[in-house]
Amino acid sequence: MNTTKHLVVLGAGTAGTMVVNKLRRRLPADQWTITVVNKDEVHDYQPGYLFIPFGLNTPEQVRKQTRPFIHDGIELLIGDVERVDTAANEVRLTDGRVLPYDQLVIATGTTPRPDQTEGTLGIQWHREVGEFYTYEGAVALRDRLDTFEGGRLVVHITELPIKCPVAPLEFAFLADDWLRRRGLREKTELVFVTPLDGAFTKPVASRTLGGLLAEKGIIVEPDFMVERIDQERQVLVSYDEREVAYDQLVTVPLNMGADFVAASGLGDELNYVPVDKHTFLATGHDNVFALGDANNIPTSKAGSVAHFSVEVFVDNFLEHIAGRPMPHSFDGHANCFVESGHGKALLLDFNYDTEPLTGSFPIPKVGPMTLLGESRANHLGKLAFRHIYWNALLPGRPLGLPAEMSMSGKNPA
Amino acid sequence: MTTTTIAGHELEVNEEGFLTHPEQWTEDLAPELARLIGLELTDAHWTLIRFLRQDYATEGETATLRRVSTRTDTPIKSLFALFPGKPAKKMAYVSGLPKPKGCV
Ligand SMILES: Cc1cc2nc3c(=O)[nH]c(=O)nc-3n(C[C@H](O)[C@H](O)[C@H](O)COP(=O)(O)OP(=O)(O)OC[C@H]3O[C@@H](n4cnc5c(N)ncnc54)[C@H](O)[C@@H]3O)c2cc1C
Repeated sequence: MNTTKHLVVLGAGTAGTMVVNKLRRRLPADQWTITVVNKDEVHDYQPGYLFIPFGLNTPEQVRKQTRPFIHDGIELLIGDVERVDTAANEVRLTDGRVLPYDQLVIATGTTPRPDQTEGTLGIQWHREVGEFYTYEGAVALRDRLDTFEGGRLVVHITELPIKCPVAPLEFAFLADDWLRRRGLREKTELVFVTPLDGAFTKPVASRTLGGLLAEKGIIVEPDFMVERIDQERQVLVSYDEREVAYDQLVTVPLNMGADFVAASGLGDELNYVPVDKHTFLATGHDNVFALGDANNIPTSKAGSVAHFSVEVFVDNFLEHIAGRPMPHSFDGHANCFVESGHGKALLLDFNYDTEPLTGSFPIPKVGPMTLLGESRANHLGKLAFRHIYWNALLPGRPLGLPAEMSMSGKNPA
Repeated sequence: MTTTTIAGHELEVNEEGFLTHPEQWTEDLAPELARLIGLELTDAHWTLIRFLRQDYATEGETATLRRVSTRTDTPIKSLFALFPGKPAKKMAYVSGLPKPKGCV
């Protein structure tokens, strides 16, 4: 007899939505049910958060209802995951519901956790101590910037990894541009505070981006590991007792995977699921995968990575459930647009083994987007991506971008 | 890449002085590497060094500061006291491991 099997996906964000929509087309409905759990009814286009404080995106442009993006034949449950019992193959929600599974995909992403740094959640939170990694934070920061009249504007990264590791730099570049246009740049000290020893994690990109910071007169405070925020004195204090004063702080809090991951014994010290970096199969399990920001693969936590990962995963998954080896291997491909202000952007393209490359994308030698160089086409590419995201990416339509990184038309920097 | 002699061992190091072959490291090297960056090793240092070596053996990469802190139950503040300034880098250096990759 043919018993129906259950695929349960946790999280209906970028990765979760793409994966259920793609798999529904590939898995016969009489053999597999697909259930996806999300904690609320909204789906945000998170890259848009960056633009909200500068009025370049409106809040309405980045937020939509989740349900219409989930295709027919997929059950969407709104609920908070409490725990996964991998021995019993069951997911428990906080409201008591229990979901049995044959295959599980964890796609609950990563979340900023201001509660993890002492002094962050004081009375200045979402005021003098701002952030743009949440919808509410981005909107509050827009209102703060509206009344900003100069002083010390400090952009700060608590600790790596964070999703979209270039976003804080982009924020600094856009702030520089915005301040100039408002005639406030002369009256503002723009400071970039990072736990890294340079502008970015990858050496070649770090040089290019570091050059841009210097060019724009942005002061860099490297090797700064924040211990606490002292709101009374308006300073960041590091573990080695250095201080950085702010009038307006824009902090990126520690990012962590979902707490249920740790509670289920599936997480590392930041609640990320250790997986095989080529197949996303959770270490020590045969029916648990983790996709997108939720896993610990050594590449950027980015929507582009989630997208390329899903492409590789879907084909592999069909083989895996048929009891065959997974034929495809993910190479860590990431590409990130970096807004550099003045209507320009750079594009970084890299994988597990290759440093960010120079060259053009997606068509070798033609472009229109230049890798690791500033151009207006890159900036327009980044803005246009919002439409591609809602209309092609989430529904799981092919974009014609290869998941595997191609070396043609690119020159090692 | 250059070759250098530390505590009587011939070793290959990169431009920042980190050992390029972690397997060439032995415990008698640590005090000498520590001295080169102005540190004198105590038991507290050794606990961390042994953790880093053992974690690298199983994980294949150098533990981050947070990982060292949670796994060895050492507050980050203490890591800064033991390896002043740049604890993640200095711990890796003394333990003969690659500099931790600034996470991507
Ligand atoms: C400011 C900013 C700028 C960015 N810019 C870019 C960019 O330019 N390019 C790029 O590629 N990427 C960018 N990103 C990153 C990108 O948005 C993420 O990498 C991507 O969304 C990851 O997808 P995901 O599915 O793993 O996680 P998410 O899309 O975050 O989805 C996770 C889902 O899980 C749900 N969830 C979490 N916990 C639970 C629980 N316990 N129970 C039930 N549901 C739960 C959440 O509600 C959410 O819907 C940016 C991110 C930010 C914040």
